[in-house]
Amino acid sequence: MTDTSLTPPAGAAPRAKTSLLREDAHTSRRNAAEKRFRMYGLIAVMCGILALVMLLISIVNSGASAFRQSYVTLDVYLDEAKLDKKGERNLEDIKKVSTFGYSPLIKNAVLSAMEENGIVIEGLSDKEAGALISKEAPATLRYFVLDNPDAIGTTQTFTLLANGRVDGYFKDRVTMESAALDKNTSPEQLMLADAFLEAGVLENRFNWSFLTAPDASGQRPEAAGLGVAMLGSLYMMLIVLVCALPIGVAASIYLEEFAPKNWLTDLIEVNIANLAAVPSIVFGILGLAVFINFAGLPQSAPIVGGLVLTLMTLPTIIIATRASLKAVPPSIRDAALGVGASKTQSVFHHVLPLAAPGILTGTIIGLAQALGETAPLLLIGMVAFVREYPGSPPDGFFDPASALPVQIYNWTQRSDPAFVERASGAIIVLLVFLLCMNALAIFLRRRFERRW
Amino acid sequence: MNDMRPIERMTNTEANKITAQDVNVFYGDTHAIKDVNVDIEDKTVTAFIGPSGCGKSTFLRCLNRMNDTIDVARVSGKILLDDEDIYDKAVDPVQLRAKVGMVFQKPNPFPKSIYDNVAYGPKIHGLARNKAELDEIVERALRRGAIWDEVKDRLDAPGTGLSGGQQQRLCIARAVATEPEVLLMDEPCSALDPIATAQVEELIDELRQNYSVVIVTHSMQQAARVSQKTAFFHLGSLVEFGETGTIFTNPSDPRTESYITGRIG
Ligand SMILES: Nc1ncnc2c1ncn2[C@@H]1O[C@H](COP(=O)(O)OP(=O)(O)OP(=O)(O)O)[C@@H](O)[C@H]1O
Ligand SMILES: [Mg+2]
Repeated sequence: MTDTSLTPPAGAAPRAKTSLLREDAHTSRRNAAEKRFRMYGLIAVMCGILALVMLLISIVNSGASAFRQSYVTLDVYLDEAKLDKKGERNLEDIKKVSTFGYSPLIKNAVLSAMEENGIVIEGLSDKEAGALISKEAPATLRYFVLDNPDAIGTTQTFTLLANGRVDGYFKDRVTMESAALDKNTSPEQLMLADAFLEAGVLENRFNWSFLTAPDASGQRPEAAGLGVAMLGSLYMMLIVLVCALPIGVAASIYLEEFAPKNWLTDLIEVNIANLAAVPSIVFGILGLAVFINFAGLPQSAPIVGGLVLTLMTLPTIIIATRASLKAVPPSIRDAALGVGASKTQSVFHHVLPLAAPGILTGTIIGLAQALGETAPLLLIGMVAFVREYPGSPPDGFFDPASALPVQIYNWTQRSDPAFVERASGAIIVLLVFLLCMNALAIFLRRRFERRW
Repeated sequence: MNDMRPIERMTNTEANKITAQDVNVFYGDTHAIKDVNVDIEDKTVTAFIGPSGCGKSTFLRCLNRMNDTIDVARVSGKILLDDEDIYDKAVDPVQLRAKVGMVFQKPNPFPKSIYDNVAYGPKIHGLARNKAELDEIVERALRRGAIWDEVKDRLDAPGTGLSGGQQQRLCIARAVATEPEVLLMDEPCSALDPIATAQVEELIDELRQNYSVVIVTHSMQQAARVSQKTAFFHLGSLVEFGETGTIFTNPSDPRTESYITGRIG
């Protein structure tokens, strides 16, 4: 404050007196710029929302029907002459009858149901009438008989899946015209389905088995379900959570709070950032080489998938955790150290609780990513067609299983158009899973933040 | 308030609590503290004064090794606490900081309840055997921090929800709750009103009966009021150190005189 004078330099024009009630040119320019920017922002948000809404509408449109299914309720006579010729009820003998052996029983049941309800359809062969019922049905019957050999010779009521084409007919996927060209169905069969619907033999209702049943082969989309895939995904998420969270948080705390700052930690930091950017399929190759070929873990088991996804999720969790640890003001650490807390105490009593909401969010984002990951799972053999449910953990982690995104991928590869509906339905389930996880994240965040 | 006459001083010199010998501090290439030698006596209030940025806080942080937490900071020289070098390899800074408490320049309460803020230190040092004892410690500390009356009805409220001055007093209460032997206070009254300032000064005077207190202050009056010894820092060097009375009435260094009379700073 020696030379500089606070009075304006001589010669400068004195500032004109302006009224606050009138916007001057400068202010209106600034206001216009602000308005413009707000509009850009609004447009951007709208674009995002629009894209999301369109995505949801298209998926729900094509997938919602997967949750409804046509079922036919039939009284099936379990003919002893066909199922147990010797009549000894010997389980070994009964087992010798394959699912093909049960098809005639179903055909007869359909024919007798037609007779009972007085349905006569011109030009409908007996074979076509029997084919109204899904190819899955004989297996259902066979399992029932193996469980209850004493039922042989009696008449039992079964609720069986209708053939995929018939199901598609009620969902407007199959029409009379397309049926005429289709060797898997015929207009007459569809007319029979209509007649059954009227008679109350056939009904369309909520399809629980879509959520619980295992996958089915390409010929019977009506039987395909997500049970094994959901269980597999759940197991993998458990493994990812149990492995990635402690490892990731411990690594971040060490790097952020304890590690000396030198070239080695810098190198590690750069590599973690790089790891987060590595394409996921590379992790699949790594998993194949390390966990299956080297460690000898079984193929297409949730344990391998979980470990691969753990590797993939770790960088995400580490980066999120470190960011939230960094965001804790250093004055809190000083305060804790100042009253004589040790480094560990200051971290666990003060820093970590403050960082917890961020860590949680990072973890859930990582988990959500892992849940939707397909490529690495393809490489470790999770595309396999699995009809058996994996056992209960921990042994079940080593049983073959599928995963939701892989199941979706798998179904989109199949030729029968009914699988498009299944795949979309599976996407809805996946989205619901993700939504639940995000809701959980928000809920936990709130809980943690309210603590202080 | 403008009374610059030092109050009646104790003349009997106490034993040295802290002795600093040739202390140098570097922040990377910045030489923040240059060859400082100072003796801080037991049961005495020592004031550090000096212009902003001269290194008062830096030196204060050396006394409980808080500079360890700054990666770029390097400390050389010797600082003896009760004749033990606190920078010795065998010394655990955590143990040291339990003995040498600190109130920071910026109030930094934990984002926890007021009660937990104060109880944290006693808890981790095992000073209370049960809840009742802990309650007692907390109440006493809050009273000494001159904040009890304001917070006694809301001990469960978050400490961060207090006003700046209240937060600073909470931090003082937190620091005294662990019963340190030396209390380092970095401008504890910069955010306080005159009444709270007077209460804190009273506390400092009370603490002096048992502890050694080091206080950094920008208020000459406060230094004159509460301290027995005063150290004047300038550009990282300790320019003058001696009886507060002498420093304020008869400084030997021209820089001290100009600072006290308000010409540099
Ligand atoms: N963490 C740090 N990193 C680098 N330089 C620092 C750091 N802290 C302080 N310094 C430098 O050290 C010098 C002394 O700082 P210090 O905080 O000790 O000053 P002060 O006397 O406490 O000032 P004030 O009265 O304003 O609080 C300053 O030049 C400052 O820039
Ligand atoms: Mg300072």
